[in-house]
Amino acid sequence: MRAPLWTAVAISVGLIVLLGYFIPPEMTRFAFILTLRSILIGWAVILAGVAALVGVLNLFMVHLRRMTAKRDPDRYSIILVIGFLASFGLGLYLTPADPQYQKVVTAIQIPVESTLMALLVITLTFGSIRLFQRRKGLMAAVFAVSAFFFLLVASGLLAPLQSLPGLAGLFEFIQRLPIAGTRGILLGIALGSLTAGLRILLGADRPFSG
Amino acid sequence: MIWLESIIGTVLVLLAAGLMLVFLLPRFRQARGGLRLIPALQRLRRAIGLAVEDGTRLHVSIGKASIFSPTNASALVGLSTLERIAQLSLISDRPPVATSGDGTLSILSQDTLRAAYRIAHVPEQYDAERGRLTGATPFSYVAGTLPILRDERVSTTILVGNLGPEAGLLADASDQQNAFTLAASDALDAQAVFYATAEETLIGEELFALPAYLQAGAIYQASLRVQDVLRWVVIVLLLLAALASFFGLIAL
Repeated sequence: MRAPLWTAVAISVGLIVLLGYFIPPEMTRFAFILTLRSILIGWAVILAGVAALVGVLNLFMVHLRRMTAKRDPDRYSIILVIGFLASFGLGLYLTPADPQYQKVVTAIQIPVESTLMALLVITLTFGSIRLFQRRKGLMAAVFAVSAFFFLLVASGLLAPLQSLPGLAGLFEFIQRLPIAGTRGILLGIALGSLTAGLRILLGADRPFSG
Repeated sequence: MIWLESIIGTVLVLLAAGLMLVFLLPRFRQARGGLRLIPALQRLRRAIGLAVEDGTRLHVSIGKASIFSPTNASALVGLSTLERIAQLSLISDRPPVATSGDGTLSILSQDTLRAAYRIAHVPEQYDAERGRLTGATPFSYVAGTLPILRDERVSTTILVGNLGPEAGLLADASDQQNAFTLAASDALDAQAVFYATAEETLIGEELFALPAYLQAGAIYQASLRVQDVLRWVVIVLLLLAALASFFGLIAL
């Protein structure tokens, strides 16, 4: 078995946290499990913070190596390294809560992310046009028609039709269809999540090597 | 009501765990032919084989879900998929690269790759740079991953995990590089975007079938069968609740 000790630790911690969800707070006899769960989750949050820092340092090191590579050094990595050092240094000195610091960071981040969002809109538009090249059959047609129809509904262009007698009920029914579909997909995902969690609790799936 | 929820939750978890153990028993195991045909996953297996033969790179994007968030199950599937892909591409000249948008996931992806190489007795093939955090926010993650698709001779991109609609940019960039793209996310809006932009898409719980179809182990096939059984249990419960409500026995 791969890493039996760490597997046992993971299973124990997982079981305690899971039990904590199933024990109602009014069951005072098992209050210690709820306390233990809170402590474990607190540790996990600290670990997540450290992991984020390690991940960011890994990102920095990758770009530092690319920047200083003898063969084909990456020019864009220079921008990342300078940006990282500046924001990290200023963040430590001013603290992330400083309004001026936040202003500078958001003044860079928001335009860049808005540009990517605009790019996504264009990508999606072209993707929709090319949909029938890539996918053939009924599903593609249903997807395209429903996407176009609900775009029209959301834009408010069909609002006058919705007030016509007889059509109001029909519109209401059609607008309920995506909710039904969403619930169906979410139920499937929930069942998949349940079995994925159980594989860890059974020690059969280990996203850690130990 | 809280008691009822606790009892239902406990019963569901115990039922699922029990069924999983039963389906793991040799006499209840199903041959691989027992899995229904998913063309996208057949094409993925072919693309992995071609990438290994060509000496091109496989890119696995495991998303941005924190392992501590409720959406972490998709990240776990991403990690299992990554491990299996690392095993399948051991003889490739270019090892797979994994990208993620969360610190914990990037560490786990490095650990997963390390474990895959260690188990195959080739620990020297492991390179920590193959498991990367490319950005800490959804769009910075996408921006950091785009150069990998462009510069690292990627012929197959697998997007599997908690990815938002912004990952449509990755699917499109991969398409522009003539790379095969399989996309699967647990986010509904991302699934719709992938349907329009990716070459192959997995919808809904098909995401959780990925390791089973890559033959990652008997436990994955057993958990797929448990999902099928539980789906019928949920359908029956929904129908019973609807009938009970129709006849005025319960108020929904």
